[in-house]
Amino acid sequence: MVSRRVECSKQLAAIAAKLRVDVMEMVFRVQTGHLGGSLSAAEILTTLYYHQLNVDPNNPDWPDRDRFVLGKGHAAPALYVVLADLGFFPREELKSLRQINCMLQGHPDMRKTPGVEMSTGSLGHGLSAAIGMALAARLDGKHYHVWALLGDGELDEGQIWEAAAYASFSGLTNLTAIVDFNRVQLDGPTDCILCMDPVADKWRSFGWNVVEADGHCVDSLLKAYEEALAVTERTGKPSVILAHTVKGKGVSFMEGQAAWHGGVPNAQQYEQAMKELTQQLELRGDCGCSR
Amino acid sequence: MQPLTMREAYGQALVALGESNPDVVVLDADVSKSSRSTLFGERFPERFFNVGIAESNMMSVAAGLAASGKIPFVNSFSFLLTLRAGEQLRTGIAYPRLNVKVAGAYCGLSDSFDGPTHQDPMDLAVMRAMPNMTVISVSDSIQAKKVVAAAAAWPGPVYFRLNRNALPEVSTEDSPFEIGKAIWHRRGADVTLIATGIMVHRALEAARLLETDGLKAGVLEVHTIKPIDTEAVMSAARETGAIVTAEEHNIYGGLGGAVAELLVEHGPVPMERVGIRDTFAESGDYEALLAKYGLTSQAVVDAARKVMRRK
Ligand SMILES: Cc1ncc(C[n+]2csc(CCOP(=O)(O)OP(=O)(O)O)c2C)c(N)n1
Ligand SMILES: [Mg+2]
Repeated sequence: MVSRRVECSKQLAAIAAKLRVDVMEMVFRVQTGHLGGSLSAAEILTTLYYHQLNVDPNNPDWPDRDRFVLGKGHAAPALYVVLADLGFFPREELKSLRQINCMLQGHPDMRKTPGVEMSTGSLGHGLSAAIGMALAARLDGKHYHVWALLGDGELDEGQIWEAAAYASFSGLTNLTAIVDFNRVQLDGPTDCILCMDPVADKWRSFGWNVVEADGHCVDSLLKAYEEALAVTERTGKPSVILAHTVKGKGVSFMEGQAAWHGGVPNAQQYEQAMKELTQQLELRGDCGCSR
Repeated sequence: MQPLTMREAYGQALVALGESNPDVVVLDADVSKSSRSTLFGERFPERFFNVGIAESNMMSVAAGLAASGKIPFVNSFSFLLTLRAGEQLRTGIAYPRLNVKVAGAYCGLSDSFDGPTHQDPMDLAVMRAMPNMTVISVSDSIQAKKVVAAAAAWPGPVYFRLNRNALPEVSTEDSPFEIGKAIWHRRGADVTLIATGIMVHRALEAARLLETDGLKAGVLEVHTIKPIDTEAVMSAARETGAIVTAEEHNIYGGLGGAVAELLVEHGPVPMERVGIRDTFAESGDYEALLAKYGLTSQAVVDAARKVMRRK
């Protein structure tokens, strides 16, 4: 069962806008955590968790649930906001992000946090772990689907390409990868550190279908999910969605800036950021459909 | 004045080294702003290679540079250098004794908020088990600068671990630093506290606490975990007949392990280990984690009392 599958794209967009506000609040409060990559993944995570994934917050270990692996584990704040909002754990926990004796670790911990499927944070593991889950589904005759969200900097890791080769070689049709394609890594723009272009061609040559999407447009993402699943079904090859995004999306002075990969705002910057994010929330507003 | 963070001191030392030695090259894997190797990159862009998020590739590239006469300093978080790129380091660098310097950033629990994925309580054990590897654990920012110079001058592979944060200083610009030579901070009569890294300062505090009870504790700083200063450790054992080791590392395989091996072989005396008790830690404030995981001066005092009872 999907906990509350949201069909209305305006509503999904509003949820993503609210997620940004929550992430900003949460990271500012504790003055630690990765904003850039959390903000860029807002629509991706929203469309997955509120529309696409078959998960049950009341039964996080339900054997038939879809699996989601956050390869770019440093976007944990965004994942935590989603999981709390869906009811995997109390929202109160968000206040103690990264604090001693608390549930929400700096990077996702599958033993401490309900809803987290894999402990990640060291880049490059996620896609391989997702392959393992997809292989297990095949062995068990289960029909769940496995999704992995990767950073575009994360694609630098050799392990990603070991995994890419193995997934297509294994003909995995129950696995979809999404790349948060924001063109920025930790030290700077991917163009200046390690440019992996042409990324789509690389995936294709590794035996994957490639679907491109606007990673901040809910409709574009929903369409991409559908298309990815359909083309995988047709071709017997896994699909990757290149979701074109902006790192730090939603906060004018953070957008596209590597400095905000792990940077944390001071009080003045926070005020400005919250002004912009709440404005966007109001704009996206209430679409009138009931959740 | 607040001391420099150890990583900032390290970055500055790299720049100084680059000025005096044109063979020095620096590699990083997309964490140069964190490791502070970026300071070298800004000063010597042509000798700085940021390979992207690809630690294994970086390590083998360093091997090639070293085989061609360069002195590479390789940078990333210590767990990635010793584990993800550990096999490249073992087979490609340690085995052929290539002149590569491995700078393990964010050692121990010092990347406290990022949590167990980024913390590293096991690098010393892994590096110590690697033949040909010289292993150093740095105690303060002043020493970090000396370690950079000494590592560059030392022939062959060197691993040194660096703390992310500013630590209380336990040395001065003038204090001597020599790879393989432990530093006596004070001689003892009742017990010797053998410490490394952040625990040197805590051991000194512990010695002062013990002194108020009339107990004379020696403090020996072992910065070079391998080759360890056998002479100094054994003279500590002879002088005080009781040893406490203290390190920001698993109690297995690090300084405590090294000292225990020496004592057992050369002259056993009672010994207690202060360290992380074979567990992953968690996210949190650095000081709070150090306290929770038993890395305080009080923990050293308690261990000292316990070991003295065993004499
Ligand atoms: C193996 C590994 N190397 C380095 C790091 C440090 N690190 C954390 S995030 C990051 C940059 C990631 O960039 P990207 O994958 O593009 O993520 P995003 O832009 O979505 O934040 C780096 C280098 C890490 N966590 N794991
Ligand atoms: Mg990126």
